[in-house]
Amino acid sequence: MAKRKKGIAVESASGDIAQRETEGLSQGQIIRKRFVRHKAAMASVFILVFTVLFVFSASGIHLGSEEFPIQLSGWWPFWITDIDPEGAVAATCNGGVTGCPTLDLIPEFIDGTGMQIGAHPFGTDIIGTDYFALVMRGAEQSIMVMMIVGGLGVAIGTAIGAIAGFYGGIVDAVLMRLTDMFLVTPTLVIGAVIGFRFGNLGVVPLALMLGFFAWMGLARFVRTEFLTLREREFVDAARVAGASNRRIIFKHILPNAIGVIIVSGTLLMSGAILTESALSYLGFGVKAPDVSLGLLINEYKDTFSISPWMFWWPGSLIILIALCVNFIGDGLRDAFDPRQRRRITKKDRLAAKEGAKA
Amino acid sequence: MMLLIIFGASFLAYNLQAFSSDPLAGFGESTEINKDYLIQRTIRELQLDVPPPVRYFLWLRGVLAVFWGQFTLGQTRNHLDVIETISIAIPTTFRLVIASTILAIIVGITIGMVTAIRQYSRFDYVITFISFLLFSLPIFWVAVLLKEYMAIQFNDFLYDPNTQAPAEMGLPAMLIAGIVGGLIMAGILGGTRRKFLTVFGGVAVGIAALLWALNATHWFVNPGLGIIGVAVLAFASAAVVTQISTGLEDRKSLISAMAAAAIATAAYYPVQALMGPQSSGLTIVLVFVITMALSAVIGFLVDTYDRRIHIRTALITAFLGTLPIIFDRIMREFGGYMQSDAVNNRPIPTLGQGNDLLSEEQMGDFWVTTLDGMLHLVLPTVALTLISFAGYVRFSRGSLLEVLNMDYIRTARAKGLSERTVIVRHGMRNAMLPLTTILVNDFAGVIGGAIITESVFAWQGMGQVFNDALKNYDLNLFMGVFVLGAFLTVMANFVADLLYGVVDPRIRIRK
Repeated sequence: MAKRKKGIAVESASGDIAQRETEGLSQGQIIRKRFVRHKAAMASVFILVFTVLFVFSASGIHLGSEEFPIQLSGWWPFWITDIDPEGAVAATCNGGVTGCPTLDLIPEFIDGTGMQIGAHPFGTDIIGTDYFALVMRGAEQSIMVMMIVGGLGVAIGTAIGAIAGFYGGIVDAVLMRLTDMFLVTPTLVIGAVIGFRFGNLGVVPLALMLGFFAWMGLARFVRTEFLTLREREFVDAARVAGASNRRIIFKHILPNAIGVIIVSGTLLMSGAILTESALSYLGFGVKAPDVSLGLLINEYKDTFSISPWMFWWPGSLIILIALCVNFIGDGLRDAFDPRQRRRITKKDRLAAKEGAKA
Repeated sequence: MMLLIIFGASFLAYNLQAFSSDPLAGFGESTEINKDYLIQRTIRELQLDVPPPVRYFLWLRGVLAVFWGQFTLGQTRNHLDVIETISIAIPTTFRLVIASTILAIIVGITIGMVTAIRQYSRFDYVITFISFLLFSLPIFWVAVLLKEYMAIQFNDFLYDPNTQAPAEMGLPAMLIAGIVGGLIMAGILGGTRRKFLTVFGGVAVGIAALLWALNATHWFVNPGLGIIGVAVLAFASAAVVTQISTGLEDRKSLISAMAAAAIATAAYYPVQALMGPQSSGLTIVLVFVITMALSAVIGFLVDTYDRRIHIRTALITAFLGTLPIIFDRIMREFGGYMQSDAVNNRPIPTLGQGNDLLSEEQMGDFWVTTLDGMLHLVLPTVALTLISFAGYVRFSRGSLLEVLNMDYIRTARAKGLSERTVIVRHGMRNAMLPLTTILVNDFAGVIGGAIITESVFAWQGMGQVFNDALKNYDLNLFMGVFVLGAFLTVMANFVADLLYGVVDPRIRIRK
């Protein structure tokens, strides 16, 4: 009984604290404040930004077709086609395996060799291709796929969901049946068909096509959101004031639905990176001579016991990127959720008490 | 309406596939003398001279024939019937996916709900992090790790090929297992620091001692439960089932659950006679029917009041108590199975769906083949469970948290109901509602999910068929897989709607 009494008291106290915290702040400020407080999400933002900058600057930018290449070299001296056989032979380990990683993060006083990066920090493959260059290139491709699919999926999904939800009636019925039509096809099946054709054209066309078939879930969420929002009083008020449909959609409803869009957008992105790597792993995605993380894992999965680093690096990068995006999505969801109440810590309660006394 | 959606989707898929593949590409660098003839033949066989949108209707005619007989999905490029090819592959895929789906659902929902009840505890944070990690894992990557650590190294542990020594578990491993288990249990139960430490200590010592005993009796190479193991598990599940469903205070329910456990234990010796080498799946069903029927009678007789609840408790307990009997029967084949030539002391395989090298005598023994099938399922099941479990954890956590914030939960607490009743009756039941949709859809997404898993573990199911279809430009086969997948999805949505009406009375009334 005593426990329950305490629970009620805490609830009302926490309500006060929560209210005091948001006093005099705009919606954007509240959301920003909530997001910054989500430690895992903030850490993920920093890690992700760092990873993206690191990867893109290391391998440079290589886009376009063979006729019209857009080339920009990165700071890493090797490219995925450069071969360095001497370097591969120079680093041996595990009783004769060549091309071992030269990266050594254990300081001198533990194993006596000292910390160093060396010529090939992730080792090389059997003919001497630098594995760091391969992994960086693969990660770059994965990140590009993630961004393109995410961007395209959000754009199409929002457009279709918004139109269906706002206009309702026959428009809604047609658009939603269209969505269902796309939805009954498993993503991987569509992906495999697309990848089979567009995989060898490079990663951008592949990502564009994947994005074109990735909007369905988002469209459904956005539609539901629009359906509820358009019945709200502020929409009626805007209409009475003479606002056009376009203005109502863009100025009144969309800003209120942005939370749903961003959150499902991040889910879409972390899903895209896994789909791309799975397709490449199956041989339907990015194809040799270009690389992707899934392709690298497929190539070196059988030599796990001999050269495990060949397997660990690409996998860890996929996980790192996907994990960061997922955590950011979680932080955003918490930040956008108006019902979300933060856990009231002892410190807050003390601060509230102090405030009440003063 | 549903047919229209499938029609649209299949038209889309057909043309997508037709335009994006080029069956003649292989002939580009061909040097065969009869190259032109081969090209002509391929064109004729695949009707490549007909543009794909039109060709789609040729294909559709065969499908629509379902209304006037002669239903066909066409032939594969190897002149096999598509329907036949697929119907051979389906059972394999379902075998692969069903165990892991059920496991992921049970474990995921349980853990998710526990984290919701213990919101913001250390346990909650750890599980949240783990589920995010699992959510971000590519399955093919997990599979390679599992093959290395769960199959190859575990087999080495069971029977070291170098020293020829059977399993000997080291003390550190036992202690680590004990500590991990203790932390998990203590995290779930929560409470004050003192309770935490007591639970942790008790469970840790218990697990370590159990492992020590199993090790000393060479249980790992010669497992089994025996009547004592079955009795312990049966009565433990009786206690747990009663606690969750009605609470231990309800003496009548407790009696019926305990009686059911006693029936399961007592049935141990009699049903052994049923389970000879010539058994089949029907035998297992029969064993379950016997124990469950007897338990239901007990539940019926205990009291006229709340009869339904007693019977339910007894039935669930009897089910959980009979499972160990079956497992015990399968486990007892393990020693002989492991030492046979076909297995050669490496029981957990990394590839395939069954061991082809088993002797004829072994093939004839239902329990040995079941064991073989189960061992081949270990790795894929663990991999699939790890991947899909995270989603259930997140979803059920969110769902229960939302429900627990509702006013009727506060009302229930205010009425003075016990915390168990509040959470189980008022909380969990309502939290399960939105889960039904997800569950049904997951069963439908089986084919998509199986593509990678089957390729990694070399199973010959739907995923493999789909892979082959794509690589051989086999449009008919591709469409067969596609239509099946689409049909399952549409059916799943339909079933989800029906089910929703069953579990949520409000919806039924509104209709």
